[in-house]
Amino acid sequence: MKKAKVAILGSGNIGTDLLIKSLRSPYLDCKVLIGRSLNSNGLQKAESLGIAISTESIQHIVKNPDCCDIVFDATSAKDHLVHAPILKKLNKFVIDLTPARVGSICIPAVNLTECLKQNNINMITCGGQASIPIAYAIGQTHDEVEYIEVVSSIASRSAGPATRLNLDEYIHTTEFGMQHFSGAKRTKAILNLNPAVPCINMQTTIMAKVKNPNLDALQKKVAEIVEKIKQYVPGYEIILNPMFENERIIVMMRVKGLGDYLPEYAGNLDIINCAAIAVAEGFAQK
Amino acid sequence: MSFVLISDPFLRDGNHAVSHKLTAEHIAEYCKMADQAGVPVVEVGHGNGLGASSLQLGESTTPDLTMLEAARANLKSSKLGIHVIPGFATIERDLKPALAAGVDVVRVASHCSEADITERHIKFAREAGKTVYGVLMMSHMLPPALLAEEAAKMESYGAEVLIFMDSSGHFLPHDVKERVARLKEAISIPVGFHAHNNLGMAIANSVAALEAGANVLDACSRGFGAGAGNTQLEVLVAVLHRMGYETGIDLYKLLDLADMAEEKIIPKVPTISSVSVVSGLSGVFSGFIKPVIRIAKEFDLDPKDLFFELGERKVVAGQEDLILEVANDLAKQKI
Repeated sequence: MKKAKVAILGSGNIGTDLLIKSLRSPYLDCKVLIGRSLNSNGLQKAESLGIAISTESIQHIVKNPDCCDIVFDATSAKDHLVHAPILKKLNKFVIDLTPARVGSICIPAVNLTECLKQNNINMITCGGQASIPIAYAIGQTHDEVEYIEVVSSIASRSAGPATRLNLDEYIHTTEFGMQHFSGAKRTKAILNLNPAVPCINMQTTIMAKVKNPNLDALQKKVAEIVEKIKQYVPGYEIILNPMFENERIIVMMRVKGLGDYLPEYAGNLDIINCAAIAVAEGFAQK
Repeated sequence: MSFVLISDPFLRDGNHAVSHKLTAEHIAEYCKMADQAGVPVVEVGHGNGLGASSLQLGESTTPDLTMLEAARANLKSSKLGIHVIPGFATIERDLKPALAAGVDVVRVASHCSEADITERHIKFAREAGKTVYGVLMMSHMLPPALLAEEAAKMESYGAEVLIFMDSSGHFLPHDVKERVARLKEAISIPVGFHAHNNLGMAIANSVAALEAGANVLDACSRGFGAGAGNTQLEVLVAVLHRMGYETGIDLYKLLDLADMAEEKIIPKVPTISSVSVVSGLSGVFSGFIKPVIRIAKEFDLDPKDLFFELGERKVVAGQEDLILEVANDLAKQKI
C-alpha cells in the first residue's frame, strides 16, 4: 500500500508526539520534522529516529514541494495565518492544530467525511476534541439547547508556555466549536490548571441547560459516539454518565494519553494529536 | 504611624455566600456607605470574579456589567476593584468591557503555582492605565520559597501589589509570617494578605501579616464571604486603630455600614460551622462549601468525608465539578 507523505511543522511537544504517532501509522510516511532551532528536543528526537529534520520553517516545504502530501501545522495561530496561503498554493492537505481557525473545524467522530473534502482542517482545541462530541450528542437528542458549558482540568505540567499565553484563544475557539456542533444558544469554556503531583489526567465536564431533558436518548447517543472516539483515542473514557443534577445535564470524561512522546497524564495533548492522525489517515485512504 | 491599605471584597466574595445573587440595589447601597466611610478599594463581582458566572460555579443573577455600573455610580473617592482569573475571564469578552465601565483596580488572580497564566491580563490592564494587583490563590498549597517565585513572575509582568490568599482558611499566624518574609525578600512591590476564617484565625493572621511587613489587607463587613467568611472588616479596623495603624477609614461610619449590611444584604452572618472547620483543615477552597453540602445530601454522604477526600485529591478553586465525581465514587464505595 502506498503511504501518504507527511511533513510536520513545529518541533514542540505536539509536533514531536505527532511524529511518533505517524511513524506507527500504516497509512502515513513521515518525511520531515520542521522546527526553527537545532537545539529543540523535538528535532533531536527526530534525528535519533532517523527522520529528516529542517530548521527552515515553512521555507523547507516551499523549497521541497514534493516532500509531502499532508502538512500538520503544530506551530501557533499567528504562524498558521502565514503558512495557510502558502500551503494552499502548494496544494497541500493541511491539518492545523493551532486555534487559528482558518479551515473547517473538525471532530473526527462527527464530521470526518465532510472535512476530507476540504484542504485545510482545523482541529479546534484539546478541550474541544474531548467535549464537543458530547455537546453534539446533547444537540442531537434535544430540540432546544439553551446553554452548554465545558470545564476542563489539565495537569500544570502538560501546559507549556504557548498554552499558558493563549488561554483566551483556547476559550474563544472551544466556545465557537461547541456552538457550531451543538446548536446551543450560548456556550462557555473554562480551563483549570491543576499542579497536583502525581499529575492528574485530563478531565472534562460538560453541563447543559435544555428544554425537556431526555437522558435515555442522550445516554444512547453518548455511548454510540464514545465508541467512535475510542477508535482513534483509546484512552477516552466517560467517568460520569449523563445525569440530571441541580437543574442541569452533567457528563464527565477523562482522557488518558497514549504516552508516546508525552506522558500519559497529558491526555489533553494526546487527544488533539490522535484526532489529527485520524484525519490524516482518512485522507491517506481516500 | 504606618498606613495599611484596606481592600473590601464584600460585594465579590460575599456573592459566594448568596450563590451569586447580590442585586444592583445591594451594590449601590453598600458602595454609597463604603465610599462615605472612606474604604479605599471596593471589589465587586461574581464570587470567582469577572466572567465566572457559570453552571460550574453558580450563575450570577446580576450581569457583570450591571454590577460594575451600580458600583461605579456610587463610588466617588473609593476605587472600584475587580477580581479576574484567566481561564474564566478573557480580555476581549470580559476585561475590555469592564475597564470601559470604569474599573480602577484590576486584581489578576491564579492558583498559587500558575502565575504565568496572568501575564497577558496583567500587561493588558497596565497598558490600559489601571492599577493592577497580582493575586496568588490557595497559597497554602505551595512552600514559601516557591510562592515567592510565582510572586516575582507577577511583579515582572507589571503587578503593582502582590496579594496572597489563604483561600481555605488553613494558615496559622506563623505560616503567614513566614510567607510574607519570603515575599518581601523576593519582590519590591507591596505585599497584601487575604484571610479566611475557617479556623478562627482571620484577624490574628491579618495582624501577623502586617507585623511581618505586609501593607495591604482584604476584609469585608461582618466577614461576609464563602463558608466561614473572611476577615471581619469593622473588627480589623478597630484592632488596627488600637494598634496605632492608619487606615484612612472612619470607624463610626464603617460600623454603620456593617449594621446596614447585616440588616439589608446578608441573609446569614457567616459562622464557623463544623463543615467549615473541616474545609479549613482539609485545605479545600472555602467556596466549595455550598455545593459540597448540597451534593453530600443528594448522595447521602457526610460532607466532612467529602471535604477530606477532596483535600486528598488536591483540588483547586474552579474544580467544583469534581465534587460530584468524588461524591459518586464515595457513594459507590459505601455500597
